[in-house]
Amino acid sequence: MKLTGAQAFIKCLEEHGVEVIFGYPGGAIIDIYDELMKCDTVKHVLTRHEQAAVHAADAYGRVKGEVGVALVTSGPGATNAVTGIASAYLDSIPMVVFTGQVPTMLIGNDAFQEVDIVGITRPVTKHNYLVKDAKDLVPTIREAFHLARTGRPGPVLIDLPKDVLATLIKYPEPKPVKMRTYKPTYEPHPGQIEKACLELLKAKRPVIYAGGGVINSNAFEDLTELAKKLNIPVTMTLMGLGGFPGTDSLSLGMLGMHGTYFANMAVANCDYLLAVGSRFDDRVTGRVDAFAPKAKIVHIDIDPASISKNVRVDIPIVADCKHALIAMNTWFDRNKDFDANARVEINRPWHEQIKDWKNKHPLGYVEETDIIKPQFVVQKLHELTGGNAIITTEVGQNQMWAAQFYHFNHPRHFMTSGGLGVMGYGFPAAIGAQMAAPDKVVIDIAGDGSIQMNIQELATARQEKLPVKVAILNNGYLGMVRQWQELFYDKKYSQTVMEVVPDFVKVAEAYGAVGLRATKPSEVEPVIMEALRTDNTVFMDFVVAREEGVYPMVPAGKATTEMLLV
Amino acid sequence: MRHTISVLLQNKPGVLSRVTGLFSGRGFNIESLSVAQTLDPEVSCLTLVTSGDDMIIEQITKQLHKLIDAIKVTDMSEHDYVEREMALIRVKAEAHTRAEVLRVIDIFRGKVIDVGPKSYVVEVTGKDSKIQAVIDILRPIGIQEIVRCGTIAMTRAKKS
Ligand SMILES: Cc1ncc(C[n+]2csc(CCOP(=O)(O)OP(=O)(O)O)c2C)c(N)n1
Ligand SMILES: [Mg+2]
Repeated sequence: MKLTGAQAFIKCLEEHGVEVIFGYPGGAIIDIYDELMKCDTVKHVLTRHEQAAVHAADAYGRVKGEVGVALVTSGPGATNAVTGIASAYLDSIPMVVFTGQVPTMLIGNDAFQEVDIVGITRPVTKHNYLVKDAKDLVPTIREAFHLARTGRPGPVLIDLPKDVLATLIKYPEPKPVKMRTYKPTYEPHPGQIEKACLELLKAKRPVIYAGGGVINSNAFEDLTELAKKLNIPVTMTLMGLGGFPGTDSLSLGMLGMHGTYFANMAVANCDYLLAVGSRFDDRVTGRVDAFAPKAKIVHIDIDPASISKNVRVDIPIVADCKHALIAMNTWFDRNKDFDANARVEINRPWHEQIKDWKNKHPLGYVEETDIIKPQFVVQKLHELTGGNAIITTEVGQNQMWAAQFYHFNHPRHFMTSGGLGVMGYGFPAAIGAQMAAPDKVVIDIAGDGSIQMNIQELATARQEKLPVKVAILNNGYLGMVRQWQELFYDKKYSQTVMEVVPDFVKVAEAYGAVGLRATKPSEVEPVIMEALRTDNTVFMDFVVAREEGVYPMVPAGKATTEMLLV
Repeated sequence: MRHTISVLLQNKPGVLSRVTGLFSGRGFNIESLSVAQTLDPEVSCLTLVTSGDDMIIEQITKQLHKLIDAIKVTDMSEHDYVEREMALIRVKAEAHTRAEVLRVIDIFRGKVIDVGPKSYVVEVTGKDSKIQAVIDILRPIGIQEIVRCGTIAMTRAKKS
């Protein structure tokens, strides 16, 4: 039996176990929407902007540990999706994005709603395809899913000309994807593992620096095992939060520009740095020559190009983080001379030193009684959700306070746009996360500026009856930019004052959602409790201290030890 | 340092722009580039010349390798290899300079491939330094036009 391209498309999604996709229709992609209407295996969530569809697919994939899928039309649909794709690319998120395209015979003619989306997205996708021949459709989709989820994950885009979707084809038998040019390395080299372990035994001041790769490779348990076995403190990048229990005594919290004092001090003074699935981003390293200057650096990463890109490493290990960590754990388990108690003794002065740093400059803020501190809101959210909520964030101060004060104990519970840092990510991401985990509490920690970048998604949340909660830390500013202006631009608040901010309570209500507001510290808890009790989408408008800053802060380009403190 | 890098690529539309996009996007420079099909019509060979310190060259080769369509990346500079470039030069050839042009071309083992009333088109191949030398010598006689192609390179047969 022959199928149209559109029918084969649906069948191929089913073949890949896809249950939910996010998208927005249009002329070039209408054939697929026609098929979707008859399909009861694949649920389509209609967002109100294509950027939101891609962010939602991003978070859906992250929560589930699967490939997120987004579907948009040609031209403007495709260009609207680009920001979402770029964010997923920089965060190594597995995703397949399908874009409609004008019929093959019109390609290149500047046809109505034609853009060269393959050309546009080349630098922000792991790979992309234009399907010109219907018989290539299914093999291309299979390849795209394979690429998206294996190796260093990332978004893959497939451009689908309208005529390809209408052409009749025979559905090819499912078979494993084999690619001549693509064979990611999963297993670590045993010699490198041994070197890394021997070096670790010599270390007196070791630190683990864990990134998003730990989450992507599901290495939470293995990382925890290694850290505990050898008594090694762990610091995480923004993308790595939840990769190791944040409330554990070995946790140093986040490092880098807004990292904790003790995490940055520990890295600056360590003699052994085990980087796992992290990429020495400039927001993490600060001035590179001052980053872990005294350390032997071991770097585990599945992407060889990440290794020694910004900082020279001593022992590179190209492998999947989970496989490499298992290999290290096994090495220590089999090594008869390894004595965990002796490690504790050897590392004692180091842990004492770290404790001193923690006592000297703990993560904190100046509390006030009559005005809500944004950090206080995040702390309360943590407390009242038992630290078990899935948190998404927008970008800016809200994002950093969420990272600092919601101590993540589980992987796949924190969704943020780390690499691209795109305002407008959090709310659609919360929608995607809630679709993936209907029974979880999902909260977007937002800023008053960012939430307005995708505020239209209230309609999506309502349409899907999602009890997503949005906690707006409303400071009336583009706060993070204002903070830079305060510190480095003589307090000239150029275009960062939100002179008009909508009444978020009324906006929520206009969509049939619930709006709540807190203006005093005493109202914070009741508002959160009420939101958590409500089975509807809720906007919580927290009117917070307007000029609160995020600290510690390492000014851009400075060494990470040169922190501005509270 | 100057490096000649050879990349075997799937011969598909858009592959070249993946390579050049990678260079422009990451701020690497391309000094010369040449691409053509290999014996296998599904594979093309791209040779490019670039320069940078060791860390940059390492990144370039890793990033090239990461391209899904790249089959093999070889930094020729790590091997014993030969490389060639070709130039077509239109040079003034009037009664009093013709003999001089022919003599220069002969010394550099070039060829005259087109003869006009007042000019020749000559073809020279060789390493980049040789091409430069021919150009320097012909310039005073009067070069009207030059077209050069990118470097191509091949490893030498293994001794023994
Ligand atoms: C799409 C986009 N545009 C601009 C920026 C630059 N930017 C970074 S943080 C920020 C301010 C965000 O303001 P708000 O959402 O109110 O958060 P706050 O910092 O006040 O918590 C801006 C404009 C960005 N990250 N993303
Ligand atoms: Mg704000």
